[in-house]
Amino acid sequence: MSFSAYRTDGFYDELFESDGRPRATAQILIDRLSSLSDLEIARRQQDAETAFLRMGITFNVYGDGAGTEKIFPFDLIPRIVEAKEWEWIERGLKQRIHVLNLFINDIYHDQKIIKDGVIPEEIIKSAKSFRPQCLGLKPPRGIWCHVTGTDLVRNGDGTVYVLEDNLRCPSGVSYVLENRQVMKRTFPQVFEKSHVRPVEDYPNRLLDALHYVCPNIENPCAALMTPGIYNSAYYEHAFLAQQMGIELVEGRDLVVADGQLNMRTTKGLRRVDVLYRRVDDDFLDPEAFRADSMLGVAGLMEVYKSGRVALVNAPGTGIADDKVIYAYVPAMIKYYLKEDPILSNVPTYLCWEKKDRDHTLANLEKLVVKAANESGGYGMLIGPSSTAAQRDEFAAKINANPRNYIAQPTLSLSRVPVLVNSNYEGRHVDLRPYIIYGKDIYVLPGGLTRVALKKGSLVVNSSQGGGSKDTWVLFR
Amino acid sequence: MLSRVADSIFWMNRYIERAENVARFIDVNWHLMLDSDGSAADDQWLALVNTTGDHAEFAKHYDKVTRDNVIKFLSFDENNGNSILRCVRAARENARTVRDVISSEMWEQINTFHLMVREASASGKALESPHEFFNQVKNASHLFLGITDTTMSHGEGWNFARLGQMIERCDKTSRILDVKYNMLNARNTADADAIQWAAILKSASALEMYRKTHRRITPERVVEFLMFDFEFPRAVLFCLAAADHALHSITHTPQGQAKMPAEQLMSELYRDLTTTTVSDVLASGLHQYVDALQTRLNQVGIAIDNDFFSSEETLPVKKSTQILTQTQTQGASVQTQKQG
Repeated sequence: MSFSAYRTDGFYDELFESDGRPRATAQILIDRLSSLSDLEIARRQQDAETAFLRMGITFNVYGDGAGTEKIFPFDLIPRIVEAKEWEWIERGLKQRIHVLNLFINDIYHDQKIIKDGVIPEEIIKSAKSFRPQCLGLKPPRGIWCHVTGTDLVRNGDGTVYVLEDNLRCPSGVSYVLENRQVMKRTFPQVFEKSHVRPVEDYPNRLLDALHYVCPNIENPCAALMTPGIYNSAYYEHAFLAQQMGIELVEGRDLVVADGQLNMRTTKGLRRVDVLYRRVDDDFLDPEAFRADSMLGVAGLMEVYKSGRVALVNAPGTGIADDKVIYAYVPAMIKYYLKEDPILSNVPTYLCWEKKDRDHTLANLEKLVVKAANESGGYGMLIGPSSTAAQRDEFAAKINANPRNYIAQPTLSLSRVPVLVNSNYEGRHVDLRPYIIYGKDIYVLPGGLTRVALKKGSLVVNSSQGGGSKDTWVLFR
Repeated sequence: MLSRVADSIFWMNRYIERAENVARFIDVNWHLMLDSDGSAADDQWLALVNTTGDHAEFAKHYDKVTRDNVIKFLSFDENNGNSILRCVRAARENARTVRDVISSEMWEQINTFHLMVREASASGKALESPHEFFNQVKNASHLFLGITDTTMSHGEGWNFARLGQMIERCDKTSRILDVKYNMLNARNTADADAIQWAAILKSASALEMYRKTHRRITPERVVEFLMFDFEFPRAVLFCLAAADHALHSITHTPQGQAKMPAEQLMSELYRDLTTTTVSDVLASGLHQYVDALQTRLNQVGIAIDNDFFSSEETLPVKKSTQILTQTQTQGASVQTQKQG
């Protein structure tokens, strides 16, 4: 199936140069795809989709009837990242995670960054994700954000930006591993020739990190805590627990007794030493956080504070997910490390500052407006594709609660070809690499390339009709 | 092993076995119908619904007993918790909650099974060629069991799976015998009777093995074979022995001893069966005997629930032949959280 009719349309394309020639790194792939007939390509796409369906690799969509499972759409054509660029991204991510961890620790202890006037106290205190219950907490080994999934995007001029830091319960890594499995089965020859760095080490690395935060225990018992089968990421929870060989538990399987966290087994209670929890802070412990939570474990925070169980990620990390605080990350890097940021932030207007707010309100049709504390593509206004009514609605929201809104220029996200009815068409993508902070900081080579399957759309979230692709980071 | 996980594995296998046996029920009835003069066809389909124990539910949703209605009700009805569709879905839901414990191959098979039944339900093909569909159900179930045996460690989880499967099979083989009792067309010639008993054996995939043991078909020997054969894997006694063994492997209690109520009840039931003869059964009445057996099996099931699955409340052990369903509740189902 030929790429002769494929056009980059003036966008930055991850596989093609602006003059339409394949990038050097993508040449083998493009040659191979071009040599296959339409039918052959369609068959392979079909095979891949059947594989996902049979494996039951699905996610749940909220507001679409409880328990509705959908397949995360998968597109056969991988995104390729060249070795040198990756090396730079990896350094940037390590620097960023290092600093964010220092920041979170500082916020829950001395708050030097506030005292030194780098970040206004008001911003911290008013952040929805600030957890006063965590003040003074000392997480094992001083690590707060063990698992991060940072969203990166590339703008039209080729610059890579950090769009969001997800330090709470970032999901999607299971798709990275499964996409790779399916790609290896579907295109073994291309794969072999392309020298792609493997991603299969992730579960080992994660398990190492879980054990690392139980420093004084010989054979620590780790468990993965899920909100249950109706959670959108349940598949991933089960997958990771299985890959690591640890118990997958729900709140109702856990109980605090004798100052320890235990799970209920057929042979009585068994102690849990570290919990990789995929339950949000709010639901973690009805005694410490939301009292109406049915997903959590009463008394868990007390056990955590006494140092008898480790939580991954630590409660309270969400403070660094706040989109207003995001804007201060470059300043944090300078403050804590005396370094320049390797990866840039997207320029951000903070609506709580009058000058920025006026600018935002005057330019709504050009900007992307985001709620400071939402994720998953909810609570967003994309100016260029918005209606006047939507802009009015957001203007009212901003005026009512300026602290909760930020605005950014609408980026011209880079594109990658996708298969659409026996044609290749460009679609916008982002990239979510996964970072594990254990003994050292590990960046999974690759990550989840999410793709907006709707023509022209810039929203890549799975909850908003996005799909995914395999991401190939090359050895050289 | 987590109590919840043990519960899910137990029921996952019970529901798979149940789905397979519903397919067997319908298949045997179908064959009996094909071999009869057709004068009491609808009565015979009603008898089948009675055998499965869901007649009240049937009456609520269908005004007429016809072949198609019964097949629809038993295979695909959303309102019938024991329809093949609902059983396979329940098995899959259970499998989903223990995906990390079972092998990927098992999960893939149960998922494929579910897709197959869903597809058949939507397409209506099962009513056109029922035999083919019921065969697919049986094969999918066998494939699942084979995959389970060859990909999952034969430890605690596997033993709970085996326990669920064997208890369910026990119950269902006894009900297959009951189909014969429920045959309302009593004006049978001896020839017709032999054909019917052969059909009963076939529905338990037992005809060929029976022939090798007893050769001639007589009611006594058929009941004896399906009840008391030590070697045939769908015979009640075989299943009880296997269930008892699985239970003791879970608790590590030496065979023949009992520490927990479940072991106690199971061992007693097993011992009673080994000392009962087919003439005892026929003397007390086959139907009555089967009824009593089902009641005791249910008591074992409830005791297992109390001993291993429910860490807090204890269920009352009732006398009933009603088909047990899972008591597990999805506690966390109402609350959801968004994830990035």
